[in-house]
Amino acid sequence: MAGHVVAIEDVKAGGRTDVVYEHPFIVRLCHWVNAVALFVLIGSGLQIFKAFPSFGAKIPQHNLINWPKSLALGGWLGGALQWHLTFMWIYIVSGVVYIGYQLISGNYKQVLFGRRDIPGVWPMVRHYFFFGPKPPVNQPYNPLQKHAYSSAIVLGALSVATGLAIWKPVQFSWLAWLMGGFHWARLWHFLIMWALIAFIFGHLVMVVIHGWNNFVSMLTGWKKDPEYHLE
Amino acid sequence: MDTPIKKTQFKRVTRRELLKLAPVAALGAVAIPSLQTPLLKAGLGFSDWASAKLFRTGHLAPTFDDSDLTPFEKFPINDYDVDDPEVELDNWTLTVSGAVQKPGDYNLDAIQRLPKIVRNTRHVCVEGWDVIGRFGGARLSDFLNMIGADTSARYVYVECADDYYESIDMATALHPQSMLCYEMYDRPLTREHGAPLRLTIPTKIGYKQAKYLTDLKVTNVLQKVGYWEDQGYSEFYGL
Repeated sequence: MAGHVVAIEDVKAGGRTDVVYEHPFIVRLCHWVNAVALFVLIGSGLQIFKAFPSFGAKIPQHNLINWPKSLALGGWLGGALQWHLTFMWIYIVSGVVYIGYQLISGNYKQVLFGRRDIPGVWPMVRHYFFFGPKPPVNQPYNPLQKHAYSSAIVLGALSVATGLAIWKPVQFSWLAWLMGGFHWARLWHFLIMWALIAFIFGHLVMVVIHGWNNFVSMLTGWKKDPEYHLE
Repeated sequence: MDTPIKKTQFKRVTRRELLKLAPVAALGAVAIPSLQTPLLKAGLGFSDWASAKLFRTGHLAPTFDDSDLTPFEKFPINDYDVDDPEVELDNWTLTVSGAVQKPGDYNLDAIQRLPKIVRNTRHVCVEGWDVIGRFGGARLSDFLNMIGADTSARYVYVECADDYYESIDMATALHPQSMLCYEMYDRPLTREHGAPLRLTIPTKIGYKQAKYLTDLKVTNVLQKVGYWEDQGYSEFYGL
């Protein structure tokens, strides 16, 4: 759980500010390592997709689509695979460490969407999208945030599972079978990438809206002027 | 609520917390080109090491019903160079060398006298497409046995009529589904698909399935790994 609220005193100016320790070190570390890894995986993944941008029959090489180089990473299929096969390990390790830490420390209660959060979802949706009143804030993450973060973690796990099914459709044949075979696993992997891109987009929009203090808290762990007060 | 702390103290605390994230900055170093090559080499090497560890000798690749087969005419022909390197089929032999008791030239009859296996398996290309094909031929392990190969050697290395070359780790070469293939869809291999002899190894990626074989060597040391591998693709690429 987030730490308790602490007051800091500005001796010169004489003001008082409330601060709260919101993000433990391991969570911040995993967040940023994961962000870099996901960025690399999406970029190189798009380059890999370029080698066969289809989910149907093989199409001739000269019909392949060409999009701006800046959208893809690795330059060519072999190069992109090197990036992908390198950063997938970093991605997996950061994900496993993150989930392990959350479970062991109990910090997951701050993030994990549960049954208690269900009633709070609609008021938040109304507030964000339909100019509804702002529901009272009494925890670091509101129910909609918890839902978004919990979903992102599930998507992350699915991206690894579908990726393994593509990389090792024989050794993990049961995993590929669960997804409908290699062919379908490739499609699922692609769709999950888009779901993660949608999450990242929404996440970045919210970061911009919530401003500097909120952003800094993912760097230093401390958030100034939290909207909520824990006892 | 605790007793208030001073702003200067707090700044020290937050700075220390921020500095803890220095490892992330190290990750940012991958933007420096000269650091990329060793990093990606290590990453690819680690993936190959993990692939070899994940490979199970007794685990079979899925096989499929005849109704699942990709029609023969839709089975893609992928070459790096020519569709037909104009192999003289009548005079063709497979030249065997390296750590074997019986080196020399083996003709197609010698290979076809070995027990024949036929199976429908998936062919997965590194580009991302996949097809299910019907392959017939001799077990590579039977052939290695016939030539008296030292199966403690690390690799089986092959060369092809079109200057393509490949290497297979011994564990995979001995896998029961690894095949010296001379038939596809119950007919002799066509020239485009590698006549008269090719590899089909359903536990490996497509570029390992070398066509138009001319030479086979059992060895511990590879001068070259494979046509695509030597340009930066995965060396093991087991499926």
